[in-house]
Amino acid sequence: MSNNTELPLEPTEQQSLKQQRPQQHPIGIYLKVWVLLFVLSTLSYLVDFYQVQGYLRWTLILIFMFLKAGLIVSFFMHLVWERLSLIYTILVPTLAILVFILLMAYEADYVFNGRLFFFSQ
Amino acid sequence: MSDATIDTTKGIEGVVEDWSADKQTFGLPWGKLMMWIFLVSDTFIFSVFLISYMNARMTTTAEWPPTSEVFALEIAGQHVPLLLIAIMTFILITSSGTMAMAVKFAYEGNRKRTFQLMMFTAILGASFVAMQAFEWTKLIVDEGIRPWENPLGAAQFGAIFFLITGFHGMHVTAGVIYLLVIALRVRRGHYENKGYHIVEITGLYWHFVDLVWVFIFAFFYLW
Repeated sequence: MSNNTELPLEPTEQQSLKQQRPQQHPIGIYLKVWVLLFVLSTLSYLVDFYQVQGYLRWTLILIFMFLKAGLIVSFFMHLVWERLSLIYTILVPTLAILVFILLMAYEADYVFNGRLFFFSQ
Repeated sequence: MSDATIDTTKGIEGVVEDWSADKQTFGLPWGKLMMWIFLVSDTFIFSVFLISYMNARMTTTAEWPPTSEVFALEIAGQHVPLLLIAIMTFILITSSGTMAMAVKFAYEGNRKRTFQLMMFTAILGASFVAMQAFEWTKLIVDEGIRPWENPLGAAQFGAIFFLITGFHGMHVTAGVIYLLVIALRVRRGHYENKGYHIVEITGLYWHFVDLVWVFIFAFFYLW
């Protein structure tokens, strides 16, 4: 009876989870992203403060918005460090939103013209 | 056992291997994957709200109320447009930063630091909700804005405003409770054996709340 020679433990779920690379990155990355988000938010606030109007306003708002969203998703949510299969699973379905936006914008134009026509009668 | 070799395959070939190899597709803790799936579905909910806002704004023949003026504050006799919203934005970004650092310290096993940073994140989140309550009170009591009418222009303004900011505020409130529960458990050492993926999962939810605010800030307040 060799009771003292213990068999190696079966890898439990906990152990296999610990083996997966956790998201560990230097704190400097988070601080840099934080500063960038502050700068971008200030810039988008200044767009309103200086009353930039028309297409320039909309372009600037969209640029700052997508940059901020990209920084948050990429670094705070660690998406740049994930496997490509997870990135696709998350980002590809959101393309359907673009289709929906186009459909609703097209429909809104039609409704707006209908209202103009109706109210002018 | 073949995890290590599969993990080194990058790019499109890595995607093909992840989906076709004889293994679990995503090498993630299930809670983290499920949080991502939930966040994708939540993205669709907020998109539908913002698209309906776009639709209302494009179809109305009345003037849209000037958000820059509606959300202005008087500070020491100075009229500053959109000030409260800017402060709320900075608070939420800061809370996202502290949360990201909490995740880092959690994986390092620094329970005390993780607890402190998560509590700080929760406090910032709670102050965001408080400012939103102040903003709602100002709009309802002082400006007379209702979901069905308002004295400033297009009638749809109130309905859209209360729906979108209300739903977002509800997410922040839920996030604060979530943070408090997990932070207290981290302090108790509840996750010493399970590993600290839960902090990253909580972080994903919190960053998503910040992410949604980026879109609301751009489309509702600035547009």
